[in-house]
Amino acid sequence: MGRRWVATPAFGAAAGCALVFAFFAIFAADSGMWSARGIVNFLEVSALLGILAAPVALLMIGGEFDLSVGSMVGAVSIAIAIPAMEWGWPLGPSIALGFAFAAAWGGLNGIVVVRSGLPSFIVTLASLFVLRGLALGVTRWATGRTQIGGLKEPLATASVAPLFSGEVAEPLFSALADAGWMATRVDGAPAVTGLPVSILWWVAAVALGAFVLFRTRFGNWVLAAGGDARAALRCGVPVDRVKIALFVATAASAALVATLQVLDAGSADTNRGLQKEFEAITAAVIGGCLLSGGHGSILGAGLGALLFGTVQMGLFYTGVDSDWFQVFLGAMLLGAVGFNRFVRGRALA
Amino acid sequence: MSAPPCLSAKGVSRRFDSGMALDHVSFAVHAGEVHCLLGDNGAGKSTLIQILSGALEPTGGDLFMDGEPLQLASPREARDHGIATVYQDLALVPLMSVARNFVLGREPVRRFGPFAVFDAAAAGRLAREALDRMSIEVSDVDRAVSTLSGGQRQCVAIARALHHGARVLILDEPTSALGVAQSAGVLRNVRTARDQGVGVVLITHNVEHALAVGDRFTVLERGRSVLSVVASEATREGLQRAMAGGRSLDAETQRGRPPA
Repeated sequence: MGRRWVATPAFGAAAGCALVFAFFAIFAADSGMWSARGIVNFLEVSALLGILAAPVALLMIGGEFDLSVGSMVGAVSIAIAIPAMEWGWPLGPSIALGFAFAAAWGGLNGIVVVRSGLPSFIVTLASLFVLRGLALGVTRWATGRTQIGGLKEPLATASVAPLFSGEVAEPLFSALADAGWMATRVDGAPAVTGLPVSILWWVAAVALGAFVLFRTRFGNWVLAAGGDARAALRCGVPVDRVKIALFVATAASAALVATLQVLDAGSADTNRGLQKEFEAITAAVIGGCLLSGGHGSILGAGLGALLFGTVQMGLFYTGVDSDWFQVFLGAMLLGAVGFNRFVRGRALA
Repeated sequence: MSAPPCLSAKGVSRRFDSGMALDHVSFAVHAGEVHCLLGDNGAGKSTLIQILSGALEPTGGDLFMDGEPLQLASPREARDHGIATVYQDLALVPLMSVARNFVLGREPVRRFGPFAVFDAAAAGRLAREALDRMSIEVSDVDRAVSTLSGGQRQCVAIARALHHGARVLILDEPTSALGVAQSAGVLRNVRTARDQGVGVVLITHNVEHALAVGDRFTVLERGRSVLSVVASEATREGLQRAMAGGRSLDAETQRGRPPA
């Protein structure tokens, strides 16, 4: 039984999280990282990555990569901001346009991959460049700049705003502060007034991804498509449709992250999401996804994102120069892949 | 036999650009019998089974099921008619569990309003029952297929095909990569399937394996049917000579040998 538990793909990420938490509990004990504010900070950083990592992991298990999610975040932020600020659209339809654009492009990624037979690595690498360039070109052409600000104003009156911005569970947080469980500010308000919605979206994305993978027919098809596409076809699995749907899902998650960021910052920036594709794949790999497909864990990818955010903010709180973050990240990635291979070798022996 | 064969081909041909792969071959399998299809590499065995399993359309000749004319446009149609083919690659996904492989493409679901949830417990139960019915020993249906032996995998693939209601089971070289003990296990499954009333088409080039389970034997050679006999008339030498196109293996190996 013990061995089986160790062999679950999410184990590596869970162990990594425990290790990193212990590390920063010691070395960042008095830095404010473990205050309510500090915890929410690193959870928010983890959340935006975790929302991407869940579908990216699902796609990897299905045997494909999407390198365009980072560029997609930038492109969708523009696709929301231009109608909202330049054309005078209300925020709701602007966000809907952003999601529609992402879904269409994701579907196109998928169709090109399954029709051409080219590796998705190459097809979505092309998308990475095209989307980033398109976002820059269109924005500069339409506004003369590469950033679009001023979205706070339409946000204040938009009915969809509570879905994508602000905080939830404020009464709970007030109660915690009143009970003395949480620090308060000078004015008596709790240090953290509520749980940012992005964290809820992260939990929802991971829960949905894990449910789809292990508790739906579609999930069984994803495992089969990534494990052995030929066998899956023989058994009547619509492999192409499964893969296209997964590309739509990764693009949609990028649209969600773009929406959260645009509403949080009140502005769109063509540079948003830079390198997020690699971070999401790193989180998925740390979470136990095999690069060859067919095996992995959505929970693991969610924890991989937590590990990522914790280390990033932890280094900040310990005062280590953030230059070292990427060194740490690279080492962690290599360690995770080695560990996964070891675990898989034992599980399948 | 009074009942018409459950699956038969009458005078089927298949012409490729490179020539005739199959030339007016007739072949029939009855319910509850094992019909062995023998032949050397390139004899036309795989062309014939591709036609029988709907993967290839014949350029001439007809197929019949229970005496009725049958048109097969795709493997899916063949499957819907109860013709299941287990190819050499088995169509099993190594990293997935036995149970998940078992139900792949036909997953049992439980419905909650508009939502359909994959019923993992039912999948495990179906796999367990089907394996038990065939007396196939697999300790745990949650194990990954990659942890099974070659013989076990072959048996799982056979059990899966039968479970999904196959009336005709086409097995493509099921023992070619297996040792003696594992081959015996697979052949035992073939017999079990036959005893359950399934018509089995067993493709092999191993005469011993064919003789161990076959009720009827057809030998193909360069696209033509050169021998068709029932078990009581079949001999090892006769089948082997037919497969070698009239030449005997002994004579062939002796040829060009320096005199002792």
